[in-house]
Amino acid sequence: MTAAVSLQGVSRHFGIIKAMDEVNLEIASGEFFAMLGPSGSGKTTCLRVIAGFEQPTHGHIEIFGENATGVPPYRRNVNTVFQDYALFPHLNVLDNVAYSLMLKKAARAERRKAAEAALDMVKLAGYGTRRPSELSGGQRQRVALARALVNRPKVLLLDEPLGALDLKLRESMQEELKSLQKALGITFIFVTHDQGEALSMADRVAVFSGGRVMQVGTPEEIYSKPNSRFVADFVGSSNILNPDQVSTLTGERRWGSLRSEAVRLAPEAGSALAGTVATKNYLGAMTRLGIDIGGGSIHALVPSGQELPDIGARTGVAFERSALHLMETEQ
Amino acid sequence: MTTTALAITERRPGLLGWLSDQFWRHPGIFVLLLLTPPLLWLGIVYIGSLLALLFQSFFAIDEFSGIVDYSTLTLKSYAELLRPANLDIIVRTVVMSALVTLASAVIAFPIAYMAARYVRGKWKALFYLGIMLPLWSSYLVKIYAWKLILAKEGILTWVFESLHIGFVLDWILAIPVIGGNSLSVSYIGTFLVFVYVWMPFMILPIQASLERVPVNLIDASSDLGATPQQTFRKVIFPLALPGIIAGSIFTFSLTLGDYIIPQIIGSSRLFIGQAVYAQQGTAGNIPLAAAFTVVPIVIMGLYLWMAKRQGAFDAL
Repeated sequence: MTAAVSLQGVSRHFGIIKAMDEVNLEIASGEFFAMLGPSGSGKTTCLRVIAGFEQPTHGHIEIFGENATGVPPYRRNVNTVFQDYALFPHLNVLDNVAYSLMLKKAARAERRKAAEAALDMVKLAGYGTRRPSELSGGQRQRVALARALVNRPKVLLLDEPLGALDLKLRESMQEELKSLQKALGITFIFVTHDQGEALSMADRVAVFSGGRVMQVGTPEEIYSKPNSRFVADFVGSSNILNPDQVSTLTGERRWGSLRSEAVRLAPEAGSALAGTVATKNYLGAMTRLGIDIGGGSIHALVPSGQELPDIGARTGVAFERSALHLMETEQ
Repeated sequence: MTTTALAITERRPGLLGWLSDQFWRHPGIFVLLLLTPPLLWLGIVYIGSLLALLFQSFFAIDEFSGIVDYSTLTLKSYAELLRPANLDIIVRTVVMSALVTLASAVIAFPIAYMAARYVRGKWKALFYLGIMLPLWSSYLVKIYAWKLILAKEGILTWVFESLHIGFVLDWILAIPVIGGNSLSVSYIGTFLVFVYVWMPFMILPIQASLERVPVNLIDASSDLGATPQQTFRKVIFPLALPGIIAGSIFTFSLTLGDYIIPQIIGSSRLFIGQAVYAQQGTAGNIPLAAAFTVVPIVIMGLYLWMAKRQGAFDAL
């Protein structure tokens, strides 16, 4: 089966800045794919290259097996939901949604019907005559979604689609996007800097850093088996153990990651690692303890209700050997 | 303890301190004080003189004595405007203003577009300098400079002849009505100088309106399948329209009222501004001069009303 989007050695340089550096990605048809990374990591540039707004400096792009290198955005069956929605301020909601149909010279009645159906799909039926400026952020977001979907593109690109929404709205939109994607069967590629969002929504995640793809995998793989310190650090609340610490535990000199929720408190005597409690953050269901073990600190997520040592007290730290993941790379 | 009592609220001494406290408590007074001078200016000096002018146009002049009769209001001056000679002046001026506006918009748009989209940093400063520079030199000097360029023995003739295409210039000058003996005494000359002199007033508002069009909208349009030409027609142009209208208000009204350019460069046929100048000066017919002045005001009013009806200000 051909990939929906295939990037082969794609680089995008802006002068001396390598916004994308030798990126290889295969995104399967019908997949919900997240590109995760901090700002400046190249994830948005990657999205813009797929959309066609940027041309790769080197490399090759295919969309459903067809060469897309050098093809302008208006000749790609790919649509984008922009971060700030980019709704046309001089058109009402219906005309915004019907914009692509108007360009195709579809009959007025047909345009109207399709646009209304798309608005209905994003639960904004009856908002057609309003101006974008009269809508709330969440509603604009939905209009942008309807506008991008009205054409039934093969690939939908979403640039930080939920970034500007408040927490409650974001959570409900996450679920809606997910169910919409399932119902339509369209390949969704979305860019986010929020690892929680990426892990909860995506089928697969690519973690970007410095213009490179650090790791691609299912959310579970990314979370529990990070291949590098960067991924471990960025994706989860993982503890990173340096090669010295790992070698005392396992004998192997490798970098290791250890998820906070796998760490238990134990009596100091008989524990491989021990230290003093430095910080204590109550999180509701859990309490996060920062334990200074000398040459680094380890965070432990302890379920509420347990008796906790005071700040400054000494404690031992224990975990299952299987919870310690050894990373492949030196980075 | 009495000497070092800690004051939570520190009293600010002096009249100015008292005044600023009062302003802080009553912001309305402050706003009123700020607004009074401009309101007085607008109300008395500007609107007042405009009304005085309007009133003048309803008086009549005694044709023998040349004395204005302030006792009765009449529409006689306006009736006089409709005489063929005067109507010609009005039509000539309006057509010239419309053509100058159209040409300015067509020339200004690409310049403004380039400046808004592609020019950055110090090149932008240079752009502003280039646009504003002509505004800083004397208007009269510029017009006389143009006279030198357009005159029969002028630079343009010399250029055409050096390139052995003098016949093109002859052919242009041979066009009836707009041609003439030389460019400096033809409507074409007047038109060229008007377009040159008012150009900054068209470029700057268009550039400002284009600058406010987010690049994202252009990306979005392209993303939704619009070719660059379609994006221009459906997104960029409608969003730049308020700027074009703003610029056209400048070029149109400035051309309507100008009396120096057509006097120095052009045929001897009058424009509204010249007619006003002649009527209030040598002819001493203030009422007719006032009536002439009302014409551009009415035309501009109609123009703005039409622009509003066309939705030119919707995207503001």
